[in-house]
Amino acid sequence: MQISINNFTKTFDGTPVIDDMNLTIRDGEMLALLGPSGCGKSTTLFTISGIHRMDKGQLMFGDRDVSGLPSQKRNVGVVFQNYALYPHMNVFENIAFPLTVRKDNKADIDREVRAIAALTHISELLERRPGQLSGGQQQRVALARALVRKPDVLLLDEPLANLDAKLRLEMRSEIRRIQLETGITAVLVTHDQVEAMSMCDRIAIMKKGEIVQIDTPADMYSNPRTSFVAGFLGNPPISFLSGIAMENSFSVAPIKLRVPLGAHEGIADGTQLKLGVRPEHFGPEGDIAVEGKIAFAETQGRENLYDVALADGSVLRSIQPAGRNWALGDTVRWFIDSKSAFVFSDDGRRL
Amino acid sequence: MTRNFAAWPIILLLTVLSLPLFIMYLFLLVDTFSNTAPGSLLPNEFTLEHWRFLIDPTITGDVWKPTLTTVIFSASLMIIVVSVSATAGYALSRLALPFRRFVLSGIMVMHAFPSVTLIIGVFLVLQFAGLYNSLTGVILVKASLMLPFGIWIMKGFYDAVPWEIEMAGVQDGASRFTVWRRIILPQVKPGLLSLALFAFIDGWSEYMLPRILAPSSDFEVLSMYLNTVSDPNSSTYNFNIFKSVGLFYTLPVLALFVLFQNRLMNIFGGGTKG
Repeated sequence: MQISINNFTKTFDGTPVIDDMNLTIRDGEMLALLGPSGCGKSTTLFTISGIHRMDKGQLMFGDRDVSGLPSQKRNVGVVFQNYALYPHMNVFENIAFPLTVRKDNKADIDREVRAIAALTHISELLERRPGQLSGGQQQRVALARALVRKPDVLLLDEPLANLDAKLRLEMRSEIRRIQLETGITAVLVTHDQVEAMSMCDRIAIMKKGEIVQIDTPADMYSNPRTSFVAGFLGNPPISFLSGIAMENSFSVAPIKLRVPLGAHEGIADGTQLKLGVRPEHFGPEGDIAVEGKIAFAETQGRENLYDVALADGSVLRSIQPAGRNWALGDTVRWFIDSKSAFVFSDDGRRL
Repeated sequence: MTRNFAAWPIILLLTVLSLPLFIMYLFLLVDTFSNTAPGSLLPNEFTLEHWRFLIDPTITGDVWKPTLTTVIFSASLMIIVVSVSATAGYALSRLALPFRRFVLSGIMVMHAFPSVTLIIGVFLVLQFAGLYNSLTGVILVKASLMLPFGIWIMKGFYDAVPWEIEMAGVQDGASRFTVWRRIILPQVKPGLLSLALFAFIDGWSEYMLPRILAPSSDFEVLSMYLNTVSDPNSSTYNFNIFKSVGLFYTLPVLALFVLFQNRLMNIFGGGTKG
């Protein structure tokens, strides 16, 4: 079901958290709300669920205006960060709870619970209590409970935050698989860009209560609208150089660096600019030479990660396949791939 | 548990310190089942005659009627305190009530007040309401004096239940009342159980309130009955019978303590583990 939020405004104790936000989540898509803490992503999630009320604005589930409805009448499934399983009930009772509240008959409940348990691969755990389950299993139960009454939308609040690294990888693909199999519209809140990029159809990046950009993961990575978005996506992160416009080039005078601005002609000389270079676009191959010293080297197995300190003190990050290794302190003359670099104005707008 | 020091010096110290109490209780027990010759310290014959009061009402008056009254008194107290605390504690912990802070500090103040200081006011209220000299009146007064403690304890238990569990229930389509009854209440069961025990034991041992607020009524609780038995000027005075009645009166409390001592202790833990 398509979810749309129109002109949504929310204030907590006089502090505006969300200001006039518009967002449409398409039917059957999984959308990530990505942003640093305090950006209003959880507020948005809990507003869709009905736990928070809108101060202003409208929330539509399909054609139905649910802005004024309490949580109970919204048919929304939520997976909380700590799973919020009911500790005194076993797994079966936990999953069945939404159905028993609805007073379905016993045979139906039994069938539905077993079907959803099979989907989430927890059929053999139905007799256990939440305390006897591992984190990943608890997560599956929470998912099953959220999905069992076929909600219009599934909301996931930092679902992987409480899992260890290996389980996180496993649950990442599991949640995506279950979402695709059920075809449910889903919203995922996370501060982890890897989660957002790997699990979702589209990402909405939020900052200070506003949606900065909404796009598919690939488009957002290759075409960020602001330096904030560019800095948030990508691991290892992008590095920025500060400079000025000079004769249709980005220029850092002290190190005699000049990167042609190509398509962005007509920028007045002397305008303050920022150049964003992703680590994969800086290395032994490219077109614009930069000299620097390796200030940090990290072995990651398949790849090595280097920080190269330039003469003026700024740092460019680089990621290189393992094999040819540079040591800390080596002086290198590497190249920026000027076509892949992003040019931002001083206030962060992409040019 | 690992031991960082030897346990026996502490056990020895505790034994020495509790010896006087232990000896007193031992003699209490022994004396109810035996006779001791005048001037002697040790008993010289076994007898059950001091327990005859259980079946023979002519000795000290019927003991079963006060016992029943005490059970009714303690049980009603328990029911009132538990049901009011369970609901009020939840409301204070979770609902955005007007004057919530005021009510909370009010409860704190009430909790700090010794009940004796309120007795004149309570007397006037009872007199006005026509409940003076009645069991109902005493139960209501005792319950209301216990409620600040009960509500405060239950609020602590509710506070320890994660907010998300409640929200998950609401999200699953349940009303707030259903969530409270089916999800939250089971989480605070240890608190309810210990509060119920406390209320019962407190009611069982209450002497002052029935004595002051229902002095001339036709009902008697066990503590008042014991007081009658212990009157040395009465014609039926017998020190060993007094001891037997005392033991009879203490037994249920002892039994409850032995059975539930772990539960009773966790009331002061604030219910961190559900």
